[in-house]
Amino acid sequence: MSIPSEKPTVRWHIGAFLAPAVLIYTAVMILPLFGTLQLSFFRMIDREAVFVGLENFRTLFFDPRWSASFWNALGNNTWFFIIHMLVQNPIGILLAAILSSPRLRLASAYRTAIFIPTILSFVIVGFGWKLILSPIWGVAPSILDAVGLKMLFAPWLGKEEYALTTLSLISVWQFVGIPMMLIYAALLSIPDDIIEAAECDGVTGMSQFWKVKLPLILPSIGIISVLTFVANFNAFDLIYSAQGALAGPNYATDILGTFLYRTFFGFQLQIGDASMGSTIASIMFLIILAGVCFYLFIIQRRLRRYQF
Amino acid sequence: MSIATHSPVRSIAAHAILIAYTAIALFPVLVIVVNSFKTRNAIFRSPLSLPDAETFSLIGYQTVWAQGDFILYFQNSLVVTVASLALVLLFGAMAAFALSEYRFRGNTLMGLYLALGIMIPIRLGTVAILQLMVASGLVNTLTALILVYTAQGLPLAVFILSEFMQQVSKDLKDAGRIDGLSEYHIFFRLVLPLVRPAMATVAVFTMIPIWNDLWFPLILAPAEETKTVTLGAQVFIGQFVTNWNAVLSALSLAILPVLVLYVIFSRQLIRGITAGAVK
Repeated sequence: MSIPSEKPTVRWHIGAFLAPAVLIYTAVMILPLFGTLQLSFFRMIDREAVFVGLENFRTLFFDPRWSASFWNALGNNTWFFIIHMLVQNPIGILLAAILSSPRLRLASAYRTAIFIPTILSFVIVGFGWKLILSPIWGVAPSILDAVGLKMLFAPWLGKEEYALTTLSLISVWQFVGIPMMLIYAALLSIPDDIIEAAECDGVTGMSQFWKVKLPLILPSIGIISVLTFVANFNAFDLIYSAQGALAGPNYATDILGTFLYRTFFGFQLQIGDASMGSTIASIMFLIILAGVCFYLFIIQRRLRRYQF
Repeated sequence: MSIATHSPVRSIAAHAILIAYTAIALFPVLVIVVNSFKTRNAIFRSPLSLPDAETFSLIGYQTVWAQGDFILYFQNSLVVTVASLALVLLFGAMAAFALSEYRFRGNTLMGLYLALGIMIPIRLGTVAILQLMVASGLVNTLTALILVYTAQGLPLAVFILSEFMQQVSKDLKDAGRIDGLSEYHIFFRLVLPLVRPAMATVAVFTMIPIWNDLWFPLILAPAEETKTVTLGAQVFIGQFVTNWNAVLSALSLAILPVLVLYVIFSRQLIRGITAGAVK
């Protein structure tokens, strides 16, 4: 319990402690964020910003020159997210469940090793995998050959129908460490007496995981889901490193981040367009905001938090 | 405690899964590093074998050394990462202290305001950030990157550190106050040393995304003299795309520093993530 220490004097030190963080955060993050939202309502006409209302959004959604790319990027991004939810998070939970079992030898060595891809930069991951999957080099075909599956090999990153899924799986490979660690921490924080009580009642092994531990770590699963959502709808680096700004082949791997980059900065013959860039950024903002609100107001409220 | 539930079969299965996944996690990294020490022919003829006396070659590293300015890139990354990290830790700890220690009007609101940045990525404001940097003449300077990364790191730092600061004993601080210490002294002399483990956790969390970021260097500081390692490696690889020795060596060089740091700090990182979970 803290006792309110109300003093009549002005407590300048509170302001002094808060000021640097609040100033930098406001100036470099919050104001530009709103600046970008604001820019999406303007368009440059004859070097002057003119207020056009929702015209930019209409262009993005309905103008055939923009809408095809936009819906393509949004669809791809959604698929990117679905793969993460279906592959990354279950694998992370499985690994965490195994790692947290008591008396497991070498647990910290496994943990350290499995987390290594997460600390590598996207450039390494993107390009490294590109080389490994390259049909020129032949690392992937020779591995598949070793297990007798050579006929399954295809230049996955170069085929329109496989490229996005392949990149999503590469991203899963890179980030599986994060759900693993968070779930691992949640599993470790379950008190011994609950586990012992379950064991006394004969609930052990798999059924103990499903009936006792899983309900207790649901809040953490909620957190990793929303973290995955935000990270995926904000992704850019991996696609850019592996496939370039054009997100080839034929835009098959284009997601909102790469679409924003191309629009804002321009590429090849197209010149950059700050207002359309802001419009895309605003849409990304709304999508992420919707996801976060859905989590905060719908998911988190339904999950009972267990206080130990 | 029941021994029966930990049968050897179960334990072997657990190890099998973990070994398999560890192999998946490490294999690509190993392939890249191992092949960077081989001759061009050996890279293609037998990508999965270790270099021997005949196939060992440092030609890739020589090309990187001669063509790329990796020392400069490395230095830029180091300056940006260390400076942003220092600012995030100092300012973040100060704000966290204010929020967790004092009751004042708007406390909760301020906490929520700062927490907004945990969920909303700073990248979405890029268009206006670039305009801001152009207007203030900071484009192609490391200062621009440091400012952006400080703003990016602060929300999570404040959030984690204020959780930890609430655990610092109230009696200790009050004892300090009775001894006549100013609030600044209490923060810097009493509280800060006690939350050092939490600071280390925040440091690792903040450092990795800054070191690995490609977006902001690409947009705010793409000039040759301000390139970071991540951007430098990206551009170098783009230029030398057909020179496999050089590309593999550049990738290995980019992996190495992060890996060394990770091995040094991994215990800290894991302890941080599992903080409070120690039984």
